[in-house]
Amino acid sequence: MLFYILKRLVYVTPVALGVSLVCFLLVHLAPGDPLSAVLPVDASQETIAEMRAAYGFDKPLPVQYAIWLWRVLHGDLGNSIATGRPVLSEVGRAVVNSLILASLATLIGFTFGTLFGFVAGYRRNSILDRLASMVSVFGVSVPHYWLGMVLVIVFSANLGWLPPTGAGPDGSGNWRPDFEHLRYIILPALTMSVIPMGIIARTVRALVGDILGQDFVEALRAKGLTEFGVFRHVVRNAAPTALAIMGLQLGYLLGGSILIETVFAWPGTGFLLNAAIFQRDLPLLQGSILVLAMFFVLLNLIVDVMQTALDPRIERA
Amino acid sequence: MAAPITAAAVTALAEGTPLPSVSPEAYVPSRGYWRHVGHKLSRDPVALAAAAVILLVVGVALFSPWITPMDPYKGSMLRRLRPIGDSTYWLGSDELGRDMLSRLMVGGRLSLFMGVTPVLIAFVVGSSLGILAGYAGGWINTILMRTIDVFFAFPSVLLAIALSGALGAGIFNAIVSLTCVFVPQIARVAESVTTQIRARDYVDAAKLSGASAFTIVRVQVLGNVLGPIFVYATSLISVSMILASGLSFLGLGVRPPEPEWGLMLNTLRTAIYVNPMVAALPGFAIFIVSISFNLFSDGLRSAMEIRQ
Repeated sequence: MLFYILKRLVYVTPVALGVSLVCFLLVHLAPGDPLSAVLPVDASQETIAEMRAAYGFDKPLPVQYAIWLWRVLHGDLGNSIATGRPVLSEVGRAVVNSLILASLATLIGFTFGTLFGFVAGYRRNSILDRLASMVSVFGVSVPHYWLGMVLVIVFSANLGWLPPTGAGPDGSGNWRPDFEHLRYIILPALTMSVIPMGIIARTVRALVGDILGQDFVEALRAKGLTEFGVFRHVVRNAAPTALAIMGLQLGYLLGGSILIETVFAWPGTGFLLNAAIFQRDLPLLQGSILVLAMFFVLLNLIVDVMQTALDPRIERA
Repeated sequence: MAAPITAAAVTALAEGTPLPSVSPEAYVPSRGYWRHVGHKLSRDPVALAAAAVILLVVGVALFSPWITPMDPYKGSMLRRLRPIGDSTYWLGSDELGRDMLSRLMVGGRLSLFMGVTPVLIAFVVGSSLGILAGYAGGWINTILMRTIDVFFAFPSVLLAIALSGALGAGIFNAIVSLTCVFVPQIARVAESVTTQIRARDYVDAAKLSGASAFTIVRVQVLGNVLGPIFVYATSLISVSMILASGLSFLGLGVRPPEPEWGLMLNTLRTAIYVNPMVAALPGFAIFIVSISFNLFSDGLRSAMEIRQ
């Protein structure tokens, strides 16, 4: 097992390097000089040259990349142009809020997704199965930013049950686990949960259908095992794949939360990215994307290792 | 119609035996693959309904400049946010007093264009790269597929927003970003199918009979690979529509006053307390088109008997 983990780590290193290269190049993809947001419009040629030298933009690109990577590896993502604060601390605070939201959404999505998936897989072509496939098609087809708006219209504007935006009553921007703050997370988490719900329901339905069709289930029933006993076997067989998909969905939600966070003004990474894009705060943009992508790479690695550990049928090749 | 010449008939002719008589009625030509798929699709009511919705929306969007009831750009400060069912504005009016029905009709043009174009370009580029990697194998495969792995390390929404955020707002930049998101996904599917096909006996047979690599790719590989990639690409259109409108929703795509569903949804967000039904309309349009593409893609997949 340890050898397998090491092997995965070796495999992940070039991917992580590639991700860092893409994030580095993002700044250079931007039209105009990366410094245009900092410098005044009437800056003299001398000032521009001085600033370029100070930020290291006068060096050739590969050298710039090496210097940047060295700093990143030491936890230095530069300073935000808008606030002047270190990017790492800005992103750190936002990531916690996003992680809370994405985890709750994944949990809701996983619970209902597996429920629908199991029912549909057990009762193929029944009305419940149709209903479950409708849920899964809805989950992958609905524009989630629109669903968020609709939920706000129904539960905030019309019924007045839940607050429409923000993470808490004080507007401090930090979510805490108490009742007041819980009311703020319900709508965004529910909106977000629809995507993993659909995908997990679809996967679990197919898995359960496959497992029930296998010979060993027949054998279990033939030897007189109760239906609940058979069900336990089905769960054990479906669990590794379902859990793996849940892990990946958490990563997708964390990286893809920008639209939902914008609708609900949730103080997470999506909100931060939005601000970074429209203030042309390139270090902040670069830093948040790097952190989110690296988190996704790490999550992929963990899911891979966990799945292999849980499912002895997967060869550790 | 004359009786078709069968292999048995040729053998019989060569051996000098008299030809067996074949009545024209007894000969039933086997259905071609695509006719078979079309036949199965025509018996799938869900896929047919989805196709009808797509055709209707595309038709309305295409002909919208000639059929809109009102000028989609002309507003009226006195008639803002009229409700659905208004006598002049059938689907209400927006926050600047412009007719919603006309704007939705014209808005479909940009929404559909920005949703479909990236998938079309990615279909061509992605399948070329994937087939090249899968057929060539070796170091070409390693370089291409490891590069693609890097793009898979980004969740697609994040990659789309990162690229268009760096490139800046605009229709062209949004399309470029979305294409970059879909090329790796299509290339990976194309590579895995091509690798499977390359190991088949009929490819070896074609090689032995002296076919060039180009001919094998054109006949044996493309014929078997394009189907699965095409089905995958149709399912991506739904994602692409949501993402493209999402970019405009964030302010990274279409710019005002141009009508586009995602942008309309964003500007109407302020109206959810005044006129919620009108504010939700553009999102409903995105949803209907997106779910239709998904349902049609599902129907196509089962009609083409592609396992996923």
